[in-house]
Amino acid sequence: MAEIVLKPKGNIGITVEAEVIRPDMLVMKKMGEIEGLQVWQGSEQLPLGEFFDVELTGMGSPEETTIVIDGDVSRVKYIGKGMKAGKIEIHGAAGMHVGAEMAGGSIRVHGDAGSWAGMEMKGGLLQILGSAGDHVGSAYRGSWRGMTGGQILIEGNAHSQVGGGLAGGQIVIGGNVENFCAIRQNGGLILIKGNAIRGLGAEMTGGTVAILGSIRQFTPGFVEIGPEENPELGDLQLEGRFVKFSGDFAIHKNPKGLLYWKEG
Amino acid sequence: MAATVIKNGYVFDPLNGIDGEVKDVFIKDGKVVVSLTGAEERDAKVINASGKTVMAGGVDSHSHVAGSKVNAGRLMRPEDHYKSVRRKTDITHSGSGFTVPSVYKQGYDYAAMGYTTVFEAAMPPLEARHTHEEMRSTPILDMGAYLVFGNNWFIMRYLKKGDVDKAAAYVAWMMRTHKAYGIKCVNPAGVENWGWAKNVNGLDEPNIHFEVTPREIIRGLAEVNEMLGLPMSLHLHANNLGHPGNWEIARDSLMITSGLEPMSKTELEWAQTTESAKRRQTIYLAHAQFSAYGGTSWRDFCSGAPGLANYINKVDNVVIDSGSVPFGPATTMTGDGPAQHDLYVLTGQKWSNCDVEMECGSGILPLVYLKSSPVHSVQWAIGLEVMLLVKDPWKTIMTTDHPNGGIFTQYPQVMTWLMSKKARDDTAKESHKWAYDRSSLGGVERELNLYEIAILTRANPARTIGMAHRKGHLGIGADGDVTVYDLDPTRLDVNDPETLKQKFSLPEYTVKDGQIVARLGEVVAVPEGRRYYCRTYVDEALEKEMLADVKEWFKYYTVGFSNYPVPDKYLKNPVPIQVNKPLEAVLRR
Repeated sequence: MAEIVLKPKGNIGITVEAEVIRPDMLVMKKMGEIEGLQVWQGSEQLPLGEFFDVELTGMGSPEETTIVIDGDVSRVKYIGKGMKAGKIEIHGAAGMHVGAEMAGGSIRVHGDAGSWAGMEMKGGLLQILGSAGDHVGSAYRGSWRGMTGGQILIEGNAHSQVGGGLAGGQIVIGGNVENFCAIRQNGGLILIKGNAIRGLGAEMTGGTVAILGSIRQFTPGFVEIGPEENPELGDLQLEGRFVKFSGDFAIHKNPKGLLYWKEG
Repeated sequence: MAATVIKNGYVFDPLNGIDGEVKDVFIKDGKVVVSLTGAEERDAKVINASGKTVMAGGVDSHSHVAGSKVNAGRLMRPEDHYKSVRRKTDITHSGSGFTVPSVYKQGYDYAAMGYTTVFEAAMPPLEARHTHEEMRSTPILDMGAYLVFGNNWFIMRYLKKGDVDKAAAYVAWMMRTHKAYGIKCVNPAGVENWGWAKNVNGLDEPNIHFEVTPREIIRGLAEVNEMLGLPMSLHLHANNLGHPGNWEIARDSLMITSGLEPMSKTELEWAQTTESAKRRQTIYLAHAQFSAYGGTSWRDFCSGAPGLANYINKVDNVVIDSGSVPFGPATTMTGDGPAQHDLYVLTGQKWSNCDVEMECGSGILPLVYLKSSPVHSVQWAIGLEVMLLVKDPWKTIMTTDHPNGGIFTQYPQVMTWLMSKKARDDTAKESHKWAYDRSSLGGVERELNLYEIAILTRANPARTIGMAHRKGHLGIGADGDVTVYDLDPTRLDVNDPETLKQKFSLPEYTVKDGQIVARLGEVVAVPEGRRYYCRTYVDEALEKEMLADVKEWFKYYTVGFSNYPVPDKYLKNPVPIQVNKPLEAVLRR
C-alpha cells in the first residue's frame, strides 16, 4: 500500500499540465524524484515540487497506490490522464481533462471539475461530487469517437455536450445538463436525473439516453415508439412511466439510438 | 560553401546506370562534381557511407501539401493534430498534424525521410496565392505546383470550339500568372457538372452547358501541353475515380494521347546522365490505385489492376503514380468534388465541399483504412499491384497520393512491401481475405531491388515531371541532394521487413544542396527551398486576343482582374523555367 499526498503550495497562475499525476508515474519513486517530475506551465517546464508539497508513505504497485490531493487544483489540468490502475482522491476542485483517456482505477473529486472530464475514457470510474464543465466523457474536438468504457458519475450538474460521440460505458448526471448532451452517441448509456436545455441526442445513431426531468427544446429527429414502465437499461433499473423514442432520423435512415423521457 | 564528400557508399543512380557500385559522391557549391582538388577535399565535410546505400534525394511528384484544400483539411480535423506534435528546437518550428501536418512539420518530416523535392498535386488558380504562401513557409523542400485546368470555363469554351491555339495561349498566360509548373486535369468535364449535383460517366458524355466531353478535354490539354513544350506532360486524375469497375475508363483515357510526341521547349542546363533524362510520356496518370477498380459494385468489388497494367505494358507514352494505401488514418482531399460526395454518402463521415467559381471544385473527407475492411484490403493490394504488374519501372512512381491513400511518412512501409514478398504475405494475413482473393497480388513473386526502388522514388518522378535536368540523380551538375540509408545491399534481408522499413524511415543522412539537413530523423539544418514554375509564352498577338476573351468573362469572378495574378513576393527563391521565348513567336496561327 502506498499513499502519496500532494498539497498545493498556493495559487497557480497559468494553468499547469500535470499528466504525471497518476499512480503508475508516481509509484516506486523517492520523494525527490516525485518533486522533480517535469510539468508544463505555459511555455515553461517546471518540477512538480514547484507547485506541490509531497508526502509519501509506503510502497506498492500502482494498483495499491492512492494519490491524495489536498486542496484546490482547479488550475491543474490532465490529472489522472490515461491512468490504468490505482486511486486518486481530490479534496477540492479539479481542472480540465481530469481522468481523460483513463482506462482503469478510480478518481474521486470532492468538488467541481473543469471541462473534458473523462474525455475518451476507456475504463475505470470517475466520480465527481460537485458539478462538471463541458464535454464530460466526450470525444476530442473534431472526433466522433468518445468514451468507450468505464463509468462517470456526477452528482451535480454538467454543461454542454456530455457524452459526445459516446460509444460505450455509462455516464450518470445527478443534476441538469445544458445543450447537445449525447450528440453523436453511438453506444453506451447516459442517465440525466435533472433537466436538459436542447439538442438532447442530436445526431445519435446508437446507445441509450434517459432523462428524468424536463427538456426545454426536444430534438426534432426523434420518433415516439411508445410508453414503457420501469425500463431496465443495462444494469440500471429506472422507476416510473417513460416515453420511449428512437432517433436521430435527421442523420440516419435507420438510427438505433433510444431516448427515454420520464412522464410528468 | 565547403564541399561535401559522401565516401565509399553503394550508389544507386538509375539515370546514370549505376547499380550499387561503391563510389564517392563529390558536391561543391551545391552541385555534384567529378572530383575535388586536394585543398577542397581537406576542407570538405566527409560522410563515411561505407556499407551504406546512397541515392539521390527523394522526389515526390504527387502530394497534397499546400493550398486551401490542404489547409481546410487541417482546420476540419483538430483531432488529427492534438496527439501528433513536433516540438520546436533551436532551429526548427513546432508543428502538429498526423495525416495533414502543418507546413513546417511537413518540410521537416519529408527531409527526415530522405526526400528533398515535393510537388503539390493540385493548385486551383484562384487559390494559387494561398498555395504559394504555404510553399513559401515550407522549410527545406524544393517545390512546385500543378495548375488545375480540367473544368476551367475558358478551356472548356475554347476546346468546344476546337480552338487549341487560344487554349494554349490561355494556359501559357495562366501558368505565368499563377507561377505554376504543370497542367493538372481532374475529372475532366465531371467537376463542372457537379455544380448541378451531377457527374459524367463516360469519356464521350458531353457535360452541361459547355457540352464538351472528357475525351475532348484530355486530348485538348495534352495537345496544348506538347504545343507549348512544357517540362512535364499532362497530369490526369481520371474520370469515375473511386468507383468499382473504373479501370476501363482509366485505360481508355490513357489511350487518348496516343500519337502525340512529347515535346519540351524549355531552355535548361542539363546535368549529365547516361540514360535519357527527358520524359517519354504524354500522359501521367495520378494515383492509379483509385482508378484500377474492377467489379460493378462494392459487393463484387475486385482489382482491375491487371487490365490496366496490361495496357501500360504495351505502350511507351504512359507513366503512372501508384496512390498506394498503406492502411491507417488518412484525409481524402481532391479537386474531384463529386467523387468526394460519393465517399460521404458511403461513409457518413464529416465532409467539406468547395466550388471554385469558374475553375474547379474540391472535397475533403477523413477516412481510416482498416485491415478488417474488405474494400480497403483490396485497395491495399491494388496500390501495390499497379507498381508490381507494370514490368518497366520507368513507367511507375511510388506515392500514397498523400494524404488520400495514406500519409507520406508511410512511404518506407510501401517500399518494404515492394521489396519483400514476405512483407506482403504478412500483411495479407492480417487483412481481410479479399486482399488476396480479389486481386492478383498473392500470386506476384516480384520483389523490387534497390535500383528499382531508386527509379520509383527518385529517378522516375524527376524525369516524369521534367526535373531530371537537376533532380533524381547524381550525375555531374545535378543538385547535391543525397540520401544515405543505413542499408548494406550485400547483406540485405528482405525477409526482415521491420528492419527494412526502419532503415528507410530514418536515413542516416539527408543532404540538400551539399548541406546535411537531417541525421537519423533529426533536422540539423533548415535551408530555404526553391519554387519552380514555368514562364510560358506564346505569340503576343494571340495572347492579346485571348486576354480580350478573359477580360470579357472576368466580370463573373469574385476578384478583380488586377488582383488575380500571384505577385512575385509570394515566392521565396523562385526558379522560373523559360518555355518559349517571349518575343519570338513560336506559336503562329
